[in-house]
Amino acid sequence: MMGQPVSGTRLDHLTRTITAAALLAAIAVLAACGGGAGGPQPQTTTIQNKGSDTMVNVAQAWAEAYKRAAPAVDVEVSGGGSGVGIAALIRGTVDIATSSRNMKPEEIEQARRNTGQTPKEIIVGYDALAVYVHRSNPLEAISTEQLAEIFGEGGATVNWAQLGVAIPGVTDDTIVRVSRQSSSGTYEFFRDHVLGKRDFKLGSRDMNGSKEVVELIGSTPTAIGYSGMGYATPAVKMLRISAQTGGEAFPPSVENTLNKTYPLARSLQLYTLGEPQGAVKAYIDWILSDAGQQILAESGYVPLPPEQRHP
Amino acid sequence: MAPTSSTGAAAPPRPIRSRRAVWGERGIELLIYASGMSAIVFILAILFFIFREAAPVLFSDRFSLTQFLFSTEWYPTSVSNVRYGTLALSAGTLAVTVLAMVLAVPFGVGGAVFLSQFCGPRLRETLKIIIELLAAIPSVVWGFIGLTVMSRLIVTYTGAPVGVNVLNGGIILALMSVPIIVSIGEDALKAVPDSYVEAALALGATRWQLVFRVLLPAARHGLLAAVLLGVGRAIGETMAVLMATGHAVQIPHGILDSVRTLTANIAAELGEAPAGSEHYQVLFLTGVLLFIITMLVNLAADLIIRGARARK
Repeated sequence: MMGQPVSGTRLDHLTRTITAAALLAAIAVLAACGGGAGGPQPQTTTIQNKGSDTMVNVAQAWAEAYKRAAPAVDVEVSGGGSGVGIAALIRGTVDIATSSRNMKPEEIEQARRNTGQTPKEIIVGYDALAVYVHRSNPLEAISTEQLAEIFGEGGATVNWAQLGVAIPGVTDDTIVRVSRQSSSGTYEFFRDHVLGKRDFKLGSRDMNGSKEVVELIGSTPTAIGYSGMGYATPAVKMLRISAQTGGEAFPPSVENTLNKTYPLARSLQLYTLGEPQGAVKAYIDWILSDAGQQILAESGYVPLPPEQRHP
Repeated sequence: MAPTSSTGAAAPPRPIRSRRAVWGERGIELLIYASGMSAIVFILAILFFIFREAAPVLFSDRFSLTQFLFSTEWYPTSVSNVRYGTLALSAGTLAVTVLAMVLAVPFGVGGAVFLSQFCGPRLRETLKIIIELLAAIPSVVWGFIGLTVMSRLIVTYTGAPVGVNVLNGGIILALMSVPIIVSIGEDALKAVPDSYVEAALALGATRWQLVFRVLLPAARHGLLAAVLLGVGRAIGETMAVLMATGHAVQIPHGILDSVRTLTANIAAELGEAPAGSEHYQVLFLTGVLLFIITMLVNLAADLIIRGARARK
């Protein structure tokens, strides 16, 4: 393709220097790791844990804290999405699948056929999906019907004026919709519970993470979007939500999530094949204890009420 | 020792190489032949792999190629009506690439001309090192700059509601392509025979006349190659555009609209599409589409260069 010979001696030189530096760094890291591995190793048990991206941070935090509580148990956590974790459970390659949605009946049937065991669901906490707007937006409450008109395919709401909202200091009041990529569990939850399984309007800004959604809304006065309640920042505002237009609207909070008055609350669960046994059972019991629930709350989710916890 | 004593004998015996050396050399020849041929093997293997993953969906009843190419509706995980239209994604790729090239080509070619003709040797060496450093910045860092710095500047100076859009992606891609265009363009200008330059100067040409009438025409193939490598980088770039373009499926109506590109779409969705599902296969088909687009760009460049040579 190239018409002229290209000399790259300087670039080569540069590349060599960079490669050498990278190698040195890698050796240093290896040496540092190797130093810590001395001494006799106690027998360790490994628990494989895979699934929900919403829960991957809390699953990681659990695994790290549990390493201190029970040094002989290694918990390996990976994300990929609720669907990925459930698929792995059906194949029998993981001990625990984390999921922000319930297993579908056909998935339970598949697991039973494949492994001969019935998946067991353990609810480990709750999450409220918050609807965020920019801090300067005067809107305080919105109904799920209004949200469907904004986000749903064929919905008529495109301007803030249609909702009777005037955003200060803005000339173009077109609503900037902030959504998630189509394979996200949060996206599915919003579609199923707000849009009634209809599709999203095209042209929304589809972010790749819960945090990115909140960041974009924080820098855009005309934006609206949804994300976990744990991701709130001072630049954004969480709206109160009502099931019907004109009905009583509830803010996303621990109480409203637990008593189910907040319309966009969902449970977070673990799935195991059959009743959990041995190390897996001990780990799940620990997650359900005050220590595990404390970590869940610190990660921005709603912990189980005290009577549902493990003593 | 007397030198005459040995020259008096017959011609010195031909050095005999050991069998090991002969076979060793043959082995090395085979090895470098294999490494040369491996490029072909790799490209065929890549082609085979992406086509194999994408092929089943082409023969599925629920999939229509017309819809794939000419519909703007991208609903890969819909529960009611799954639609795989990539027109908006292709339009996004096109918009960002064209804008990037509009910004990068004048800067890149201008920079190459400056480096080769208008600056002293010391400044040139310094600039070349800095430009190569610019080329070595990872794309995710560019994306980060787009997401944080550039988007704020765009909102402040253009009044756009969202700073991640075609303009942002175009500027970031231009910044990424300029170093490539400058480096390769400068090499192309350097490769123009000195006799051309000397002849032009001897005829009394000014520096500008030398650049516009002699250097640029003589180096145009190399410069075109430089620009097309820049285009290649712009089309194939993923991480930076994923972060800087706003990731919205729509045909852009202006440079302040957010778009999603083919590459960003694959990067965002492949990780969570269950392996072997229809969605997964369609994403591989998008990869095939990208492959065809870049192949056409390269082919066009080849034909342009060959056509130009044939006319000479």
